[in-house]
Amino acid sequence: MDIITTHDLTKYYGKSLGITNMNLSVEKGEFFGFIGPNGAGKSTTIRTLLGFISPTSGSAEVFGKDIIKENKSILQDTGYLPSEAFFYNGMKVKDVIKFSANLRKMNCSKEADILCDRLQLDTSKRVNQLSFGNKKKLAIVCALQSNPSLLILDEPTGGLDPLMQHEFFNILRERNKKGTTILFSSHILSEVQNNCTRAAVIREGEIIACDNIEALSKSNAKKISITGNVDLSGLEGIKDLKVTGGSDVISESCSSAIPCTTTFLYNGDINLLLNRLSDGDITDLNISEPDLEEIFMHYYEKDGDI
Amino acid sequence: MTIVKHELKQSSVTFIIWTWILGLMLAICVLIYPEMKDQMSELSDSFSSMGSFSSAFGMDKLNFGTLTGYYVTECGNTLGLGGAFFAALCGIGILCKEEQNHTAEFLLSHPVTRVQIITEKLISIFIQISVLNLLVYAFSMISILAIGEDIAWTDFALLHLAFYLLQIEIAGICFGLSAFLRKGSLGIGLGIAAIMYFLNIIANITEDAEFLKFITPFGYAEGADIVNNGCLEWGKVVIGMVLCTAGIVAAYLGYTRKDLQ
Repeated sequence: MDIITTHDLTKYYGKSLGITNMNLSVEKGEFFGFIGPNGAGKSTTIRTLLGFISPTSGSAEVFGKDIIKENKSILQDTGYLPSEAFFYNGMKVKDVIKFSANLRKMNCSKEADILCDRLQLDTSKRVNQLSFGNKKKLAIVCALQSNPSLLILDEPTGGLDPLMQHEFFNILRERNKKGTTILFSSHILSEVQNNCTRAAVIREGEIIACDNIEALSKSNAKKISITGNVDLSGLEGIKDLKVTGGSDVISESCSSAIPCTTTFLYNGDINLLLNRLSDGDITDLNISEPDLEEIFMHYYEKDGDI
Repeated sequence: MTIVKHELKQSSVTFIIWTWILGLMLAICVLIYPEMKDQMSELSDSFSSMGSFSSAFGMDKLNFGTLTGYYVTECGNTLGLGGAFFAALCGIGILCKEEQNHTAEFLLSHPVTRVQIITEKLISIFIQISVLNLLVYAFSMISILAIGEDIAWTDFALLHLAFYLLQIEIAGICFGLSAFLRKGSLGIGLGIAAIMYFLNIIANITEDAEFLKFITPFGYAEGADIVNNGCLEWGKVVIGMVLCTAGIVAAYLGYTRKDLQ
């Protein structure tokens, strides 16, 4: 069953484009990654789904309910963690948590205590005394205390120290195991690679790829690293060629006098490459899968493809 | 009613300060009346014969020798302007402050409809203005009883009723604007209250500008007219309440369609 579906969802801010013809579907129980550079439209999509802004055209459903007409009932079962959390100045942390639960007409004090304890959040402080990271923790407690069946997280780890990030992802994985669907927006690829089952890549308001994490990271391209001298000229399918000389100077060509390392991404015919390699004078060779980061650098760049 | 409670808590300090200031100022005005009484009756003639200045504040139609005349003028300036400022502040910031302080996302990510937010915020303004006026009324009444003077109680009640309606009207208009503003709301709110006040003064001075009395709520909250007529000019009140309703309707229309930043 699909928890989130969008149909040609489009949002313009005046004349400038937010997102265009977005078709997205997130299934129940998925840990879905939403990847893209800043300003690509990740937050716009999320804000539209939550009803903060209304779409210019297209439609979307969450839990099979229309995002505009049934906004309230969607929000009852959705937890949202903003990228930058703001609260009412002068309120105490525990009052914010209570206010949030009251707005949901729920009593979540038990779950809130557990979360505050795990995230080491001091509930007696006032929100204006909190650091950026602690505000984030408070936002996490507010989003998670009601045990919603959908969590929408917009760049959630900013401001959290590594230990807290670790604990936070533990909590998310536990929730996900219990059946919570998670939409996880981030520009940090390793977070997505380590946690998500499926992901969509968004650039300039459009989804340019959407698949399982394995499939996204698995392309035909191999990452090749050669130490020694080899003539690669005229070989098709080479990308990101970098040559590191003996003195660590990166240049486009390798002089035969100093042994140097050549690295590149290759998605051409592997036999042609092997022929060239056997003709050369090689002291070391490494062929590996490129990591997600390297693949996505291409998605990020304008008109890039792989 | 979670948002009503939240709003009342958020504005409790402002509310307490304004109530005390307005209440005390009125009480002080009343309490010094016995001292002023004798001088007042002498000054009464000169007060009412200062030409435009007298008519600007409605002093040409009042008898300063009585507490009623004295109270109406003092009250008109203190509670009239002060109350209008308070009402404007209440209304102008209430919707747009969520965006100014970036708390709109927090509020709207909870299962509450925008209509519910507007309604509950409106109720909180209504409660604040009502309670403030009741307390100020009580303050004033107790002070008058304390000095043992006699006052025309019907006129006294009508005057306070007029100021209450005036505040409701200004709050309603500002509430409507609040739905469309994103910043700089405070100045606009105070500006509206001040302009309304001066429109009435202009209408008092110039006969050609009499029509202004139908625009500004100070037109029906003119102490001298209330005392002389013994009733409110309901036509003007109705116009005022229509403006107030228009503001509230605009808030509903504007805020439910607004893209939040």
